[in-house]
Amino acid sequence: MTNPALLAPAEGLQGVVADWSSDQRAFKKVPWGKAMMWIFLLSDTFIFTSFLVSYMTVRMSTTVPWPNVSEVFSLTVWGTSVPLLLIAIMTFILISSSGTMAMAVKFGYEKNKKMCAILLAVTAFFGASFVGMQAFEWTKLIMEGVRPWGNPMGAAQFGSSFFMITGFHGFHVSVGVIFLLIVATKVWRGHLDDERPGFLTGQKGSYEMVEIMGLYWHFVDLVWVFIFAFFYLW
Amino acid sequence: MAHAEGPQHSILPKSDVARAEEHQQHPISVYLWIWGLLFVISAFSYMVDYFHFQGYLRWSLILLFMVLKAGLIVAIFMHMAWERLALVYAILVPTGALLILIGLMSLEGNYTFLTRGTYFSPSPSPAPVVVKPH
Repeated sequence: MTNPALLAPAEGLQGVVADWSSDQRAFKKVPWGKAMMWIFLLSDTFIFTSFLVSYMTVRMSTTVPWPNVSEVFSLTVWGTSVPLLLIAIMTFILISSSGTMAMAVKFGYEKNKKMCAILLAVTAFFGASFVGMQAFEWTKLIMEGVRPWGNPMGAAQFGSSFFMITGFHGFHVSVGVIFLLIVATKVWRGHLDDERPGFLTGQKGSYEMVEIMGLYWHFVDLVWVFIFAFFYLW
Repeated sequence: MAHAEGPQHSILPKSDVARAEEHQQHPISVYLWIWGLLFVISAFSYMVDYFHFQGYLRWSLILLFMVLKAGLIVAIFMHMAWERLALVYAILVPTGALLILIGLMSLEGNYTFLTRGTYFSPSPSPAPVVVKPH
């Protein structure tokens, strides 16, 4: 009673049709938790796109000049003003955290508990430092008089776009850090090796959890790529 | 393929499902390479601002580096390059539909800008006083 569709699944476009019309699970070879995380991330993509599109619309339609972002986010180091310095550091930190996360997933599937937990903790540390820098950046802008309804540098819509977009992203990073610390603890204690049920869902622990966590974390990095390009560089 | 389909195949035994799931297993060098590449591309996109490129050169470079970075993260770090097409399309096709929203809203934004320029822009000289003839 083996299903030939499972032994040699069709590839390419025919595979898509076969998978979707199989009257079974459409996403084959993928644990359901992973497929569900992908679908959650798709919905999150729509949320962030809505924010970025509304930012685009207000920026295009305002008759007041947009503030010079390169100057607004510059930092003075040893007497010289470096444009976007903090943002560049934040970008590199988030990319590094994605690198450590990807390696944590790899070590997890190899059942290397120690390396997996350490890399997850490092990822969480990078994420927390990112949020810290964002708090610093918010403080600096608020001290300079940027408010959601106006600012001294130019178009009033700058403030609302900035706080909305970076705030929502920072919230995602913060949630990710908590999520990472929980998964790191579970890995460290060996809950995934023992397949211990989780306290919330009662699902058996497995290293797929680390990959699903990784999907969320890479998505946070991915959103930052778009924010960096459209909000800080454009 | 059709002859193998039957009601008894619609519910798979648990072992079959477990065997059907595959773990993403790739050498560590893949991740290190992509990490390095992302660093380099990010440095390039920072340079776009640092060297004050302007106009279409600036925008096309920003978009190029953005798409490269996003592609590498999704394809390699999120393992999408190795997933089955049924999942890839389920995620990428709706995302692609967002391009239509972007297009529509940029038309709308332009129109609002023109309207504001016509009716709400602060005029450099005081507006002429129109005296209605009696």
